[in-house]
Amino acid sequence: MRYSPHSPTEVEEMLFSIGMKNKAELFADIPDRLKLGRDLELGPGLTEIELGRHLKELAGKNMNLDDYPCFLGAGAYDHYIPAALDQLLLRSEFYTAYTPYQPEISQGILQAIFEYQTMICALTGMDVANASLYDGASALAEACQMACEGSRRRKVILPATLHPEYLEVVKSYAVSGKMEIIMAPEREGIIDKETTLALLKQDSACLVIQQPNFFGCIEEIAAWEKAVHAAKALLIMVVNPISLGLLKSPGEWGADIVVGEGQPLGNPLSFGGPYLGFMACSKKYMRKMPGRLVGQSVDSNGETCYVLTLQAREQHIRREQASSNICSNEALNALAASIYLSLVGRQGLVDIAVRCHQLAVYARRQMESCGLSLKYPQAFFNEFAVKVDDPARINRLLLEQGIIGGYELPGALLLAFTEKRTRAEIDRLAVLIGGE
Amino acid sequence: MKIPADLYYSPSHEWVRVEGDQAWIGISDYAQHELGDIVFVEMPEPDDELEAGGQLGVIESVKAASTIYSPVGGTVVAINEELEDAPQLINEDPYANYIVVVAMNNPGDVDSLLSAAAYEELCQKEQGGE
Amino acid sequence: MSKVIFARSVAGGGGFSLPPCDVAEIEPAAEINREFLRAEAPLLPELSEVEVVRHYVELSQRAYGVDNGFYPLGSCTMKYNPKINEWAARLPGFAFLHPYQVEESVQGALELLYRAEKLCCEIGGMDRFTLQPAAGAHGELTGLMIIKAYHRHRQDLARSKILVPDSAHGTNPATAHVLGFEVVEVKSNEEGLVDLQDLKACMSSEVAALMLTNPNTLGLFEKEIEEIAAVVHAGGGLLYYDGANLNGIVGVARPGDMGFDVLHFNLHKTFATPHGGGGPGSGPVGVKEFLSDFLPRPLVEKKEEGYCLDYDRPLSIGKVRSFYGNFGVIVKAYAYMMALGGPGLREACELAVLNANYLRHHLQEDYHIAFKRLCKHEFVASGQKQLAENGVSTLDIAKRLMDYGFHPPTVYFPLIVKEALMIEPVETESRERLDEFIAALREIAREARENPDILHQAPHSTVIKRVDEVRAARQPILRWPG
Repeated sequence: MRYSPHSPTEVEEMLFSIGMKNKAELFADIPDRLKLGRDLELGPGLTEIELGRHLKELAGKNMNLDDYPCFLGAGAYDHYIPAALDQLLLRSEFYTAYTPYQPEISQGILQAIFEYQTMICALTGMDVANASLYDGASALAEACQMACEGSRRRKVILPATLHPEYLEVVKSYAVSGKMEIIMAPEREGIIDKETTLALLKQDSACLVIQQPNFFGCIEEIAAWEKAVHAAKALLIMVVNPISLGLLKSPGEWGADIVVGEGQPLGNPLSFGGPYLGFMACSKKYMRKMPGRLVGQSVDSNGETCYVLTLQAREQHIRREQASSNICSNEALNALAASIYLSLVGRQGLVDIAVRCHQLAVYARRQMESCGLSLKYPQAFFNEFAVKVDDPARINRLLLEQGIIGGYELPGALLLAFTEKRTRAEIDRLAVLIGGE
Repeated sequence: MKIPADLYYSPSHEWVRVEGDQAWIGISDYAQHELGDIVFVEMPEPDDELEAGGQLGVIESVKAASTIYSPVGGTVVAINEELEDAPQLINEDPYANYIVVVAMNNPGDVDSLLSAAAYEELCQKEQGGE
Repeated sequence: MSKVIFARSVAGGGGFSLPPCDVAEIEPAAEINREFLRAEAPLLPELSEVEVVRHYVELSQRAYGVDNGFYPLGSCTMKYNPKINEWAARLPGFAFLHPYQVEESVQGALELLYRAEKLCCEIGGMDRFTLQPAAGAHGELTGLMIIKAYHRHRQDLARSKILVPDSAHGTNPATAHVLGFEVVEVKSNEEGLVDLQDLKACMSSEVAALMLTNPNTLGLFEKEIEEIAAVVHAGGGLLYYDGANLNGIVGVARPGDMGFDVLHFNLHKTFATPHGGGGPGSGPVGVKEFLSDFLPRPLVEKKEEGYCLDYDRPLSIGKVRSFYGNFGVIVKAYAYMMALGGPGLREACELAVLNANYLRHHLQEDYHIAFKRLCKHEFVASGQKQLAENGVSTLDIAKRLMDYGFHPPTVYFPLIVKEALMIEPVETESRERLDEFIAALREIAREARENPDILHQAPHSTVIKRVDEVRAARQPILRWPG
């Protein structure tokens, strides 16, 4: 395939019009010894028919969740995506546009982002949300950096109940030398109180709490909020956006910065990406927030309109003084999230959250009646760890039975339940695990 | 362009008014003019220690962010809180609207600053250079 | 303006429903202490499906993408996004895979990642790639983490500085700063290229790396790249290639052959994946063999029993995001690479360079061109002449272009050219489109001379006029006030 419109004659005419004889002259500034002098070994190029066949063959080698029920969660969830969503995402004025730097011809995208920011504020109960970051894990790393800047301290307390990949990403970012990571231990599936309260007293920049945490357990927040603010540190919460249809919002708890993985809001699992990291904060930290922000203003006729704003925070202006380097974000995924929230709507999100919880509670009961027990004695939203001797073996067994199992923890399987799961699927899961 | 005679100036376009061992610091008329519409002033907090020549804050316009340097060393005793909601005050009158007040560690710091006449010369040179 | 979606909302409206519940309908409060439950549902829209659809269709009609027309945004490579790639990423076998599925159930996805890495290696002249970074700036961050880890591993602990040219993208110095490096700017010479003398003066045992785009942000090929590499390497530093401008050389020359040790590609630029109104991107990072141990984990390996994820990499910098990267974007870029193949990718580059030189040549009479010589995929024109002679700024020119139906070029960048108009026409634009663009810019130059007011007040044909950006920044309204 080629996607360039030039005919050979046109190429010749264009070369002629700029005083050149051949295409080689276009590269006269590259020393010959640096030229490749051959074709790249990528193959000869495929026709659309061949390409479609090749890709379908690759896709066909995967067991996909359209065909198999899935109980995997651990940071990415198999929620239903309303049919209208993808049709709207395929409006090419949206997906083939660049960042809306020219507001006069980008009002649609700017308004969509403004609405997205509003929805994230509504979900999280916070004052301000940005236009998105890469994913939940990198959003947390950015939040920790922001907390260090905001508090002018460098100790970041991360709990052992945090998603392990999030922990690993914050650690990578910490090679900057601007953050020092301190681990708060876990006890019975939630943050250990005594040790962590002591840690907080030592000039910490922030405490991070994932709610529900990586093991699915609901963490205490009220006591943490008090202790964190008494220590003049910031409270960062990592949340699952679907859970906010049911659980108290971070804003109500008194969080300073909120981040999370936005994938559950209308984005397909897509083997891990593209997803979106969302970030919201209280007004006090607005100007420390990384990433793009859309604001409302007026045009020269006094009409309400939207524009990228507070840009003096960003890398293209601050350059070597910028506190984040983010440029491209996940705008299209954020658009998917807002279309999702609009389609399911206010009541729909509550219904979905409640259903996830009900199915998870049902699953626990079924498992218990099969003689299984949970690893942690805590309340949960839609995910819990069930004790098994050999999680890898159970997962293989489930796969043989056409079920995508859970996330393997030491001596347990972490299982997630979305509104897509049915009673029959859960019954089968419980019997298969319990029968072992 | 206004350059009041009774102030000290830094080559990076801050002004200083000395009252006892306290220094009132702002940015010059030349600087506010170069920056254009100021949209935000990032200030230190009271009790922060500033070094002479070190960063005091940042002034933002829509498409630029400029560092403000502290012409003197000392402890911040006050910040101009009015600027938090009305940064444009600096555009309106840069000399009536200070940014911070610093209790100087070494009042001799001002001796190395420029007089109004010397500062005017500097501004003319910078303007001519463009 | 379009009403915000919240203003269209009708209390109690909304059409979404779940299937009947076939398990016990437990009250949440029976399981979760009431203290943890939300008292009031979040204030989200309450609308029927048709109203939601109409709202977003209306918004789309107030936006402008590559499918609408010419989009010569410099350094952004706004090329056509082939439709089959959208189809491919939506195949259930790609779109509906959980990242934690066991390896034997995702062999096709792992194979695609493995193959995509091999293609990237061949295109860049590098030995290994990570596909994990989510965007170009994220790739830069990853690359500098690798460079930092390498120096540390060798106990070379004094290397705290990163060199960047004064023409660099803002992300280069920002990335260096975010990772705790000190940024040192290297001057450009009168040809618009890295000043070799200044580079030598900046080079020391404290320099960790030089970050460079080639062609640079002026669209010019750094022809002394071998000398540049020699200076940096002799001083113990590494060479980082910012792939933002790869479209100017792809298939013709390779960064790896020029002496670059680490690089990132922007799949959303060179490899035709859509920009999505600001993202998602994908910024794979490639390295030479001696740095491969430091790449983020996991990497995909091919073994006898099949493809697998290798986490056992003790020197790895760790992870820069969750899972394996923007897989859906990688699928699209892979499809593009396979569609074009070796000859096709080279032809695309040739035509991108031809289009840029064609525009540059035919605009030079009416506009100042920063460096009047052979350029690669883009060039920098300037409104200096119009500003001096007619009092018309580059911003005025850019805004007026919208009235002619074009997306404006990048403006006021690179910083070293006053009143810069950075134009990148890309290979998917026809001669006819280019001629229309040339005609429009000539007409605008005429208007500048004869009727400058029409430019000062432009655009005239858009849904809104120029925006009060000062007001937006002074009193920020960042969500619907309700």
